[in-house]
Amino acid sequence: MARAFDFPGGIHPPARKAASTQHRIATAALPRRVILPLGQHAGQPAEPCVEVGQRVDTGTRVAKAQGLISADVHASITGEVVAIGSYPVPHPAGREETCIVIEGDGIRDDWALLPSLDWRRADHATLHARLDASGVVGLGGAGFPTQVKARVRERNAIDTLIVNAAECEPYISADDMALREHAADVLEGARLIAKLSGAQRIIIGIEDDKPEAIRALERGIAAGQAHPLPISLKPFPARYPSGGEKQLIKRLLDREVPSRGLPADIGVLCHNPGTLLAALQAVRDGRPLVSRVITLTGEALARPGNVEARLGTPMNELLATAGLDDDRLARLIMGGPMMGMELSRLDLPVVKSSNCLIAATLDELPPPPAEQPCIRCGACEDACPAGLLPQQLYWFARSREHEKAELFNLFDCIECGACSYVCPSHIPLVDYYRAAKSEIRANAFEARKAEHAKHRFEFRQARIEREAAEKEARRQARAQAAKRPTSMAANSTTSAAESTAQPQPATADADLKSLRIAQAAAKAAVRKAEKVLARVSQSTSHKGQPQGQSDGEIEDLEVQLATARENLAAIEARLAAAKDAAAGTTQAPTPPSRSADTDQERTP
Amino acid sequence: MSLMHQSQVSRQPTDTGRVMAWLLLSTLPGIATLTWHFGLGVLSNVLLAGAFGIGLEALVLRLRRRTVRPVLADNSALVTGVLLGASLPPGTSLWLILVGMVAAIVVAKQLYGGLGQNPFNPAMVGYALLLISFPAAMTQWAAPHGLLSADGLSLGELLARVTGMSSGMNTGPGVDAWSGATPLDAFKHKPDALLASEFWASNPLPDGTQAAWRNVALAWLAGGALLLYKRLIGWQIPLSMLTAMGVLAGFSYAVDPSHHGSPAFHWLSGAAVFGAFFIATDPVSAATSRKGKLYYGAGIGVLVMLIREAGAYPDAVAFAVLLMNFTVPFIDYYTQPRTQGHARPNRGIKVTRLDDEEAS
Repeated sequence: MARAFDFPGGIHPPARKAASTQHRIATAALPRRVILPLGQHAGQPAEPCVEVGQRVDTGTRVAKAQGLISADVHASITGEVVAIGSYPVPHPAGREETCIVIEGDGIRDDWALLPSLDWRRADHATLHARLDASGVVGLGGAGFPTQVKARVRERNAIDTLIVNAAECEPYISADDMALREHAADVLEGARLIAKLSGAQRIIIGIEDDKPEAIRALERGIAAGQAHPLPISLKPFPARYPSGGEKQLIKRLLDREVPSRGLPADIGVLCHNPGTLLAALQAVRDGRPLVSRVITLTGEALARPGNVEARLGTPMNELLATAGLDDDRLARLIMGGPMMGMELSRLDLPVVKSSNCLIAATLDELPPPPAEQPCIRCGACEDACPAGLLPQQLYWFARSREHEKAELFNLFDCIECGACSYVCPSHIPLVDYYRAAKSEIRANAFEARKAEHAKHRFEFRQARIEREAAEKEARRQARAQAAKRPTSMAANSTTSAAESTAQPQPATADADLKSLRIAQAAAKAAVRKAEKVLARVSQSTSHKGQPQGQSDGEIEDLEVQLATARENLAAIEARLAAAKDAAAGTTQAPTPPSRSADTDQERTP
Repeated sequence: MSLMHQSQVSRQPTDTGRVMAWLLLSTLPGIATLTWHFGLGVLSNVLLAGAFGIGLEALVLRLRRRTVRPVLADNSALVTGVLLGASLPPGTSLWLILVGMVAAIVVAKQLYGGLGQNPFNPAMVGYALLLISFPAAMTQWAAPHGLLSADGLSLGELLARVTGMSSGMNTGPGVDAWSGATPLDAFKHKPDALLASEFWASNPLPDGTQAAWRNVALAWLAGGALLLYKRLIGWQIPLSMLTAMGVLAGFSYAVDPSHHGSPAFHWLSGAAVFGAFFIATDPVSAATSRKGKLYYGAGIGVLVMLIREAGAYPDAVAFAVLLMNFTVPFIDYYTQPRTQGHARPNRGIKVTRLDDEEAS
C-alpha cells in the first residue's frame, strides 16, 4: 500500500550513523553559562527584553520576536543575565551576532512554565499564541518559526501533514533517537499540528535504515487508533536527499512543489519529528524551547551519542563530555557532512538549528583535494535530485552569466551537495551556486530598494491626497448643512445651487468607481505582498542558506507589505470621503464618518 | 558545499586523473589488436603521440605560467595523444605526429584555456588537420601482415619511416608489401560497373584486411564496454551514433545492396566503433545533458554516413565529430531536462529576466 514515487538523481553516501545510536539519549550536564544568540531562527533576530543583572528562571523569555517571521528566545538555565553583546555564533563565515549571556551555578534549575493546555479543547488562537510564546522553530536545521508555519491555512488549504523523519544525511541520528524514545509524543505533536493546519491525514516518511524508530512508530500508531485522523507510515529505501522537503513530497505523494513555491501551495505541510515534539511540549507541558537533542559523533569522540542539551551550551563542554580527543580532531562540522558548515572554533553555543556535531578525524573526512577543471562529464547531472544541469550552472555561475543561470533554473537548486559529492574534479559546485544566488539576490535587492523608495513616495502622495479629500468632504458637508435650511426658505437660490451641484454627482460617481477599482488593486497588492513575504521567508530559510541575505530581503519585503497596507488604508479613506461627499450632494447631509476600518484587511 | 566526497568512500574512479587512467586502460584491447594485425607501427604512433602530448602540454603550461605537475596528473594530454596515435596509419612519421599533436594540444586545447575549455575534440582537430594537409600519407594503411610475420615492416624499416629517413611510401620495392587501402577506402573507389559481390570476389585488398578491421572494431567495442561498465561514459552517445549509422546504412543497403555497404560493413570496417566509444564521448566537447547526448550522437552517425556515402572521404568520424562540436551550445540550450517543480523543460536561449511572481 505504501506506494513510493521517485525524484531524479540522488546519491548513496555511507550512513555512519551506527556510532551515535548505541545508547539512549543522555541529558547533558546543566551548563554554568549559556550564550543565546538572538537570531537562532529564519527571519528577523529577536529583540532582548531583559536587562543585564536581571535574574531569570529556565524558560523566562529573554528576547521577543520582531516582525512577521521571527521567534522568541528563552533563558535555558536559571541564573543572571551577565551580558548582552556580540559573540561568535555558528556561521560558515564565523560571524558574530548579538547574544544574551546567562550565568548560573550549574545546580539550580527553576522553571518558569506556562500553564498546561489541552490541545484537543483549546481553540486555534490560544494554540497559536502558545506556539508563538514558546519560541518553537523547525529543528531540522532550517529554523523556520513553527507558529508562522502553523498559520499557513490562512492562505492555503492543507490536506496532508508529512512528518519528515527521513534524516537522510550521514551521521545525524537525532530524529531517529527521538522517535525511538518519544514516538507517541511525536505522533501527538503531529496531530496537534494537523489540527492547527487543517490537514486530513498524516504521513510519516522515514528511510528504512531506522528499523527501531519504525517499530516504535508502528506501536505508537497502533496505540493511537482511537484518534480519527489517519496516520500512515511509509518507509522507503535510503537515498540522499530524500529528506529534502520537495524530494520527500515527490516520493510520498508524487506531487511537485512548484518552482519558487512552497509545499503549502500543493496542500502539504512538512515537519521534522523534533519540531513536533517541541510543539507538543510547549502546549501540553507549557515548556518553551530551551533544549534540543543533538547528535555528537565523529571518530575524534570516544563516546559518541545523542544528548539533550540546553540551548546556548558551549559546544566544547558537550564534546568534552563525549570524550573529545583534541589531537585527532581535524574538522568540526555542525549539521551533516553534505549540507552542514565547518566551524572554526569549539566554544560556539548550541543553537536551535544545531542537530549534529561531527568531530571528524583527518582520515574520516579529509580536506578536499585541489579543484580541477570541469570536464562536463555529467556525473552531477545524474546525481541532481532537482533535475538540473549542474555542469551548465557551474559555467554560468563562474562566468557570472546570471541571466543564463536563472534560465537554467539556478533557484530550483536545493543546495543538497549531491553534485559536489560526485564531482570527479572536486569542484565545490554548491559554493558557486550560493555565490551566484546571493549576487543575483543582491542585485534584485538594489533594484527593490529603488522600487521601495518609489512606493514610499507614492504613499506620501496618497496620504496628502487623502487628507485633502477628507478636508474637502468635511468642507462640503458643512456647506451642505448650511445650504439646506436656506434653500428651503428662499427658492430663488435653488436654481443657482442646483446648477453648481448638478455636475457633482456625475464626477462623484466616476470618482467612486475609480476609487473602488483602486481599492481592489490595493487589496490585491497587500495580498500579493503577504504571499511573497511568506514565500521568500520560507524558501530562503531553507537549510544552509547564509542568514544575512534572507534577513535583508525579508526586512525589505516587510516594509513593502507595510507600505501596501498603508496605501490600502489611504485609498479606503479616500473612498469613504468620496462616498460621504456623494452622499452629501445627493441625500441629506450626514456627518463624514470614516468607514475605512470596517473593510480593513485581516492581518496575517 | 559537501564536506564529504565520493572519492573518500568509493572504489569507483571518482577523480579526473583516475577517470583518464581507466580510459587509457580501456584503449588497450583496441591498441593491442591493431598492433597484432598491423605491426609495431601502431605502437610507435601511440607512444610518440602520447609523449608529444605530455611534452607539449608541459611546455605550454610553462609558457602560460601554470603549475605543470598537477595539471599533467589529470592524464588528459596523454589520452589525447593515445587516441590520435591510435587513429593514424601505422608507422606514421614523427613529423606528422608532431604536427598533429601541436594542433591538438597547443591549438585546440591550451589556446582555448586548457582542459574543459576546448569546444572541439583535440585529437580530432589534429587528425582532421593531418588528413586534409597530408592526404596521401594519411590514407595509406599497412597491410595486415601481423606483428610477427616476416612480410611486415622490420624494426629498422619502421625506425627509418618514423624518423622520416625513408623517402616516402610510394617508392622503393617493399612499399606494396606493407601499404594498402582500408576496406572503406577500397569500397568507396570501387568501379561503378562492378557489383559489390563481384568487387569483393576480386580480392581488392591484401589477405585478411577485412577480418583485421572487424577484429579491431570488436576490440574497441570491448574497451567501450569497460568504459560503460565503469560508468566513465554514458550509453547515450555510442548507442545513438551507431543506431543512426545502422539505420541510414540499412536503408541504402535495402534500396541497393550492390552499391552500398551493409550496416555491419559500416560499423565494423572503419573507425565507427572507436569513434562512438572513445572519440564522440569526450565529455568536454560533447553535448552535456543526457537528452542532448542522444541528439549529438545521432548527428555524428548521420554525418558519418552522409560523408561516407556522398562525400569525398572514405571515413568521416573526425569531420562528423568536429561538425557536431559546433552544434553543442545549440543542442545544450534546447535539451534541458525538466526541473522538478516546472511543468515543462525550459528551451532555447531567450534570456529575459524571468518573472519571479507566481504564475497563478
